[in-house]
Amino acid sequence: MARAAIPGGLSARRAWRPARLLERRVESASATTLVLDVTDWPGHLPGQHVDVRLTADDGYTATRSYSLAAPAEGDRVEVTVQRVPDGEVSPFLCDVFQVGDAVELRGPVGGWFVWRPDQPGPVLLVAGGSGVVPLMAMLRARPAVGPPFRLVYSARQPDDVIYREELAALAGTDGVDVRHVFTRRGAPVGADGADGADGADGAGHVRPPGRLRSADLEGAGWGPADAPTCYVCGPTGFVEAAATILASAGHDAARIRTERFGPTGS
Amino acid sequence: MSFVTRGFHGRRRDDDGRLPPGQHLTGDFPVLSAGPTPRIPLDEWELWVATEDGTRHTWSWTELMALAADEPTVDIHCVTSWSKLDTTWRGVSLDTILADVETAADYALVHSYGGYTTNLPLEDLLDGKAWVAYEFEGDDLHPEHGRPARLLVPHLYFWKSAKWVRGIELMLEDSPGFWEQLGYHDYGDPWREQRYQGD
Repeated sequence: MARAAIPGGLSARRAWRPARLLERRVESASATTLVLDVTDWPGHLPGQHVDVRLTADDGYTATRSYSLAAPAEGDRVEVTVQRVPDGEVSPFLCDVFQVGDAVELRGPVGGWFVWRPDQPGPVLLVAGGSGVVPLMAMLRARPAVGPPFRLVYSARQPDDVIYREELAALAGTDGVDVRHVFTRRGAPVGADGADGADGADGAGHVRPPGRLRSADLEGAGWGPADAPTCYVCGPTGFVEAAATILASAGHDAARIRTERFGPTGS
Repeated sequence: MSFVTRGFHGRRRDDDGRLPPGQHLTGDFPVLSAGPTPRIPLDEWELWVATEDGTRHTWSWTELMALAADEPTVDIHCVTSWSKLDTTWRGVSLDTILADVETAADYALVHSYGGYTTNLPLEDLLDGKAWVAYEFEGDDLHPEHGRPARLLVPHLYFWKSAKWVRGIELMLEDSPGFWEQLGYHDYGDPWREQRYQGD
């Protein structure tokens, strides 16, 4: 395997940089996007993540990894944080951290779960819960005249969908298809007509709530013959299920890239 | 301290000094892998060791089960910053597996079903520091944690403990594995916080 070219030299990527909060956006009941101004950010590829370090006034530190949610704009970097109940860091970042406050950040990290704009071929994105974050960075990085992208996004219920309005807008653009799968509770067709996140397929049929099934990916994705690069991100059980469905359908394991996160007490 | 995050207090845990820098405890067993979970029928499973002169030693599943097993209790540390203390395993020490292998190699490249690789110095596999493990907490390994067998090298970050292990290539020179080519550290000592190249 060729060594991957990743933005930023090694010493640049491992340096801790002050990162000041510019803006926060509440994305759902449990997810918040933090827009940070990071000193001399070296840039990143969609799919990469960063380490965030918090330091208490007595020197105690806590470090966690978060996916980058969007392409960098200069020193402006976005992460979306899912609040883990009883966590040490995520409730602080979602609820206490204020505009103007600072953390430290280093990266970018991870050169495997990335989409490169010069990479040929269609892209199938499969998201479970907040696993949509690095996949959103890929969607946002896709040029207007780019390869076709399809996103299958599984969430518990419509209220948990992150980037709701932007996804609805993206779904209306050429070459991008967005399908929602709800595991606990869907919504009636047209109940929230502005976003299309209603559990309906293209023909207006309502998919009953339930875990991801092979039909969800077969209906929305490409077959193995189309050779899409598949990016699957979410909790372990979800990624196991989705990757198994794709491999069983005949997709080459080498084109199924996964990123898993478990409840890590963060 | 030159840098403080205003309003952050955090939780200090009494870990008796068992938690390396930058790590936090988890009660769960998170999963980190790069692709789909390989499924390997036991009657097709094989472990191989190849030396620098091309000599190949192999063990079938039955042969591995016939080797003396250890039951180590160890702390494990993932580079993504979780640690788990007092995990219990059952497996065969690499000292046993490599006992009759003649080699002058200093390095090992570990290969997994599914194509994953990771590199480490051979001495880190020896002297009771590493196992080919097939049970975790009294049960067969779960598929996503490496069934039927994984490497267990608890003194290094856990990506070195290759899941779905299938072979160990002994080499005179070091050669980076999968994550190591992607910028992770060649050695990965959690106590020196060697997460990324250059740490």
